[in-house]
Amino acid sequence: MGGRVSLSPELEAKFDRLIKSYPEGRQRSAVVPMLLYGQDEIGCITDELVEEVARRAGITPLEVNEVVTYYSMLRRKQLGRNHIQICTNISCLLLGGAELWEHACKKLGIGNKEVTPDGEFSLEEVECIGACSWAPALQVNYDFHHHVTPEKFDKLIEELRKRK
Amino acid sequence: MLYNEPSPLEVKVLTRRFGLPNSASIDTYLANDGYQAFLKAAKMKPEEIINEVKASNLRGRGGAGFPTGMKWSFVPRTSDKPKYVVVNGDESEPGTCKDRLLIEFDPHQLIEGMLIAGLAVDAHRGYVYIRGEYRYLIDILDKAIEEAYERGWLGKNIQGTGFDFDAWTHTGAGAYECGEESAQLESLEGKRGVPRIRPPFPAVAGLYQSPTVLNNVESYCSVPVIIREGGEKFAALGTPKNGGTRLFCISGHVEKPGVYELPMGFNLLRMINEVAGGVRGGRKLKAVIPGGSSCPVLKAEECDLAMDFDSVAKAGSMLGSGGVIVMDETTCIVRAAMRIISFYAHESCGWCVPCREGTLWLKKIITRIHSGGGVPGDIPLIKDVCVSMLGRTFCPLGDAAAMPTQAFVTKFEDEFMAHIEGHGCPYEKTEAAV
Repeated sequence: MGGRVSLSPELEAKFDRLIKSYPEGRQRSAVVPMLLYGQDEIGCITDELVEEVARRAGITPLEVNEVVTYYSMLRRKQLGRNHIQICTNISCLLLGGAELWEHACKKLGIGNKEVTPDGEFSLEEVECIGACSWAPALQVNYDFHHHVTPEKFDKLIEELRKRK
Repeated sequence: MLYNEPSPLEVKVLTRRFGLPNSASIDTYLANDGYQAFLKAAKMKPEEIINEVKASNLRGRGGAGFPTGMKWSFVPRTSDKPKYVVVNGDESEPGTCKDRLLIEFDPHQLIEGMLIAGLAVDAHRGYVYIRGEYRYLIDILDKAIEEAYERGWLGKNIQGTGFDFDAWTHTGAGAYECGEESAQLESLEGKRGVPRIRPPFPAVAGLYQSPTVLNNVESYCSVPVIIREGGEKFAALGTPKNGGTRLFCISGHVEKPGVYELPMGFNLLRMINEVAGGVRGGRKLKAVIPGGSSCPVLKAEECDLAMDFDSVAKAGSMLGSGGVIVMDETTCIVRAAMRIISFYAHESCGWCVPCREGTLWLKKIITRIHSGGGVPGDIPLIKDVCVSMLGRTFCPLGDAAAMPTQAFVTKFEDEFMAHIEGHGCPYEKTEAAV
């Protein structure tokens, strides 16, 4: 296990706020939010982050790890700078979500949960993201993109490449 | 900007502020009846508030359709434990995308609904559980909460009423199961989202084993108008025992998919043809899933139907979460069934065997049929696995997986047989699975 993780001042403040959001003695409640916000900054869940979250929540790193393995958005591995999550669930499927997924894999030359060699992009086939009426949909990190076609996907990739 | 053009057939009650400039700001809210229901409720007795909600015939908008007022009445007000208000904003039922809009375009309506729930059950803390993917909504709601504190609509002695209430957002991190109430409470306590054995129900032993009201975003958002204008008026918008309006999320093969607010009991065919512009390209309607992916499919001829909880139940399906998924004649039902069961297999928490094993085996069998390796015995096998799951799991996820699968294979048995006999999908040529 490594040393203490150093958090940015913003994340430090966020963690403090989160811990205070729950009643005295119930600080464990902040575990999932701390992990997700921590991951947003660090890129993935590291051993150091697990230890830090455990320390703040007053539980063991093992108990934090039990939580990490349950939630699909929490990950142990670094993904691309632009993590592209394509929904192929029923509403998206009906309007070309599966074809969009195949197109994206071909376009980027990677498969599910893989990263391009330059670290720019990663792909994930995800379950419903709540954009059913504006399908097919995807998310780049937390940003939603609706009514996505293969052509729009290619344009999006070009724009994201330029936006460094 | 709104995501889709409104329909002239809509009855805008919960969404009536959506089109206003800066609809999410507290100024817009206050200028349009905002927080007036809270002030009214603060002068009412708790049981009067609950009776008004009961009179509105508001039924849980998350999917189960349980009467909201009744749920509130189960909370032991006199308990000396702290009580909690929890808002279920996990919105993960495939086909559902309405709570997103309620938070994005009118977050103060939700906060006001929480405040009134707090008055009704003597709770002074509220948490809004929002799925991790909806990060932008957490930002919007956090800003609204901040505004409410600044203007004295949250915090101590709100507007001189003597009532204290604090509210927070809480992010999930990707888990369909956390939309189930007891799993959500586990998640909110910082644990894996594994459901609890009930009873006791959350009203008695919820968050931190304390009495908790837990409702869907849309349910809470319905409360201010009920208190402001009266429960009976809200009830009158819908059908008997199904009060109010509902945000229907129409997706799939229609000309104008979108989220539309319509009275409870609105006819499903009219919804497809008049609100959503009809089936795309003038094609024929094949099937509709009326309330999110866990609801049994309806064949086209079953769709002349009033969309309220009781009428849809009578037709053998469920109104569910309001996700109306429309499929035209080009849809391969086996593929649709395969995608839906794959979802449930992915989301099963693994705690109980009928769900964990049942979803996995259903997925394997249907995948085999779709790819050309099915055998005639697969159809009775699917039905048998479904029966072995139904009612035999700790939480509704097992049923949510088995019910739609059973309906697909029963109502479209010919199509499953065609896949088996033709060694693959008639809609596409696929390689047979080994």
